[in-house]
Amino acid sequence: MNQKKSKVPMIVTLFLIAAIYIAVFIAEQTLPSTSMLFTVLKKGAVYALVAVSMNLLNGFTGIFSLGQAGFMLVGAYVYGIFTIPVAQRAAVYQYFDGGIVQFTVPLVVAMILSGLAAAFFAFLIGLPVLRLKSDYLAIATLGFAEIIRAIFQWNGLGPVTNGSNMLRGFPNFNDFNITDGNGNVTVYLSTLIPFIIAGVCILLIVLLINSSYGRALKAIRDDEVAAEAMGINLAHHKRLAFCISSFFAGVGGAMLAMYQTTVQAKSFTSAMTYEILLIVVIGGIGSVTGSVFSSFLFVACSEWWLRFLDEKQLIGDFEVPLLRTGFRMVVFSVIIMIVVLFFRRGIMGDKELPDLLSRRAAKKGRAVK
Amino acid sequence: MWDTIFPYLLSGVSVGGQYALIAIGYTMVYGILRLINFAHGDVFMVAGIIMVYLAASGLPLWLCIPLVLLITVAVGFLIERAAYKPLRSAPRMSVMISAIGVSYTLQNLVLYITGGLNKQYPTIPWISETMAIGAAKTKVVTVITPFLVIALVVALVLLINKTKIGMAMRAVSKDFETSQLMGIKINNVISATFIIGSFLAGVGSILFFTNYPTVIQTSGAMPGLKAFVAAVFGGIGSIPGAVIGAFIIGIMENIIKGLDVILFKLGIIAQPVGLATFSDAFTFALLIIILIVKPTGLFGEKVTDKV
Repeated sequence: MNQKKSKVPMIVTLFLIAAIYIAVFIAEQTLPSTSMLFTVLKKGAVYALVAVSMNLLNGFTGIFSLGQAGFMLVGAYVYGIFTIPVAQRAAVYQYFDGGIVQFTVPLVVAMILSGLAAAFFAFLIGLPVLRLKSDYLAIATLGFAEIIRAIFQWNGLGPVTNGSNMLRGFPNFNDFNITDGNGNVTVYLSTLIPFIIAGVCILLIVLLINSSYGRALKAIRDDEVAAEAMGINLAHHKRLAFCISSFFAGVGGAMLAMYQTTVQAKSFTSAMTYEILLIVVIGGIGSVTGSVFSSFLFVACSEWWLRFLDEKQLIGDFEVPLLRTGFRMVVFSVIIMIVVLFFRRGIMGDKELPDLLSRRAAKKGRAVK
Repeated sequence: MWDTIFPYLLSGVSVGGQYALIAIGYTMVYGILRLINFAHGDVFMVAGIIMVYLAASGLPLWLCIPLVLLITVAVGFLIERAAYKPLRSAPRMSVMISAIGVSYTLQNLVLYITGGLNKQYPTIPWISETMAIGAAKTKVVTVITPFLVIALVVALVLLINKTKIGMAMRAVSKDFETSQLMGIKINNVISATFIIGSFLAGVGSILFFTNYPTVIQTSGAMPGLKAFVAAVFGGIGSIPGAVIGAFIIGIMENIIKGLDVILFKLGIIAQPVGLATFSDAFTFALLIIILIVKPTGLFGEKVTDKV
C-alpha cells in the first residue's frame, strides 16, 4: 500500500474513547453510587491497566513473564506505606510501634513511587531472569513473585511493611469525590479518576508500542536471532520492556490497593497472575484494545452478570438444579477453557480498534465503487 | 544438637518423598511434550478430594484407595485428551496457557463441590499411627514414604528401560516427529505418560494428606510448584534427578521451617526472627540459582536450540 493510511478510523476511535469517559461521568452523577456497575468499572479499570502492562511483555515482546502479582504487590505496598495518614499509623502498625515511616507524600507522587519501586525490583530480577527462555523464564518470574511475597510478609520488616498484617486507612477511590462542608458528595469522581489514571498509563504504553522501541520489541518477539542480526540490542530492549511493564503493574497495584481499601501480601498469589494472564489471552495476545475489553468483560462476568448462577433460581415451580455458591466460577472457567482451546486468537487477535474500523471503512469504500 | 534437627530432617525426608511422586509426573510430561503441566498439582489435590468423598460415602477404606487411584488416573487421562491433545500443533505457550486454564477450572470445580470449606482427610489405619524413632515421635507414613518412593521409582525405571511402551516413551522424548514416522502411536504414549504421572500423584496425595489432613481447593498449588522446582533442580526429563531434587527440597524446606528453633537452641540467636516465612521462598531462590548456574539441572541433558 503506497497510499497514506486514512486518519478517519483513528479519529473515530478517539471520539469513542471520549464518549466513554463522558458516559462514565454522567452515569456516576445520575445512578446511585452503590450500583454494581461502578464496582465493575473501577475494578475493570485497574485490571485493564495491569492486563495491558502484561500484554506489553507477553504479547509485544514475547517475554512470557508470570511475575505480575509480585510487582503489583510492591506497588500496592509502596503506595500504602507512603500515604497512610500519620495520625492513623499508630493504629495500623499497632504491633510495630506505629512503624518507622512517619510522613506521607502526595498521592500522585506515591503512585509514581509505586511504579518506580516495582520497576526497580524488576531491574534487579531481570538481571538473572531475562537470560532465560520461554517456560523457564515463566517459572523463574513466578518464583520471584513468591519470594517478594515472603519478604513483604516477614516480621523482620514489620516496621516498614507491617509484617503479615494488613495495611489500611490510605486514600481510596471514594476520596476522589468532591464533598461540600457537610460531607455530602457534590460531584462523584470515584470512577472517573481511576479511568483517567488507567487511561493515561495505557496511552503511554500505546505510544511506546508505536515508537521505534515498540517496533524493536515486536521484532524480538517474532524472531530473536533475526532481531539481533538487525542490530537490536536484545538484553537492553528486554530489560527495558520488563522494567516498563513492571512500572505500570506497580501503578496498577497501587490502584488495586485503592480499590480494595486494604492491602495484604497474602492475597497477591500466583492465582492472581493466572487471572490476568487469562484476561490477556481472552482479549487476544498482542492487542491493547483486546486486553482492555476483556478486563471489563472478565470483571463484569465474574462480579456481576454471572452472579445469578450462585443463587437458587425458580422457573415457575421448577428449581434449576446445580445452582449454588461457586457455580458461577465453574461456568466461567469452562467458558475460559473454550476460548483457550477453540478461539486461540481471543476477541481481537492482534488487531486494535482502529484496525477494525478501517477495515470496515475499506469494505464500504469498495462497495461504493 | 542432633535431637533438635532430627525431627525436621525426618519430616523433610517424608515431604521430599511426596514431592518426588508429584515431580515425576512433571518431569515425564515435560520430557515428552515440553510442557509445564500447571494442572498437575491440582490433579494431586483432586485425588485428595476424591478420597474425602469416597470415604464419606461409607465405602470401606481398602476399596477406597484403589478407587482413588483409578479415578485420579482417569482425571489425568481426560485432562490430556480434552485440553492438551487439541493443541498438539499449536505453539508451546498456548499449551501452557491451556494448562493454567485447566488448573483454574479444577480449583473452581472443587470450590463449587466443597463450598470452599476445609475438608478433613480420612484417617487411614496403620500408616497414620504414631511411632517413636529415638526421641522423635512421628507417624508411620513418615517412615514408609521414602521406601515406597524408592520402590515405585525402581519399578518405573524398569518400565521405561525394559518394556515396549517405555522404549516408545524414550523415543518420543528424544525426537517427537521422527518417532511418529517410525510408527509409534504418539497419542498412546502421551496418554500412558499422563496415566503414570497421575497414578503417582494419587499415591503422593494419600501419603501427603495423611500427614497434613485437610484438603481445600488450593492445597495442590504449592506442593505442585515445589515439585516442579524439584524436577527442574534435578534436571527436567530425568526421573532420578526429580527424585533427588525433591528430597533435597523437602529436607531444606523443613530445616528452614525449624531454623528459628534450631538456631535458638544452639544459642546463635537470642530470639526467634521469623525465618520460617522464607521456607517457600527458599525453594524458588534455589530454582533461580540453579537456572542461572546450571540450567540443565543436576542430571539434565544439554539441549541445543536450532535456529
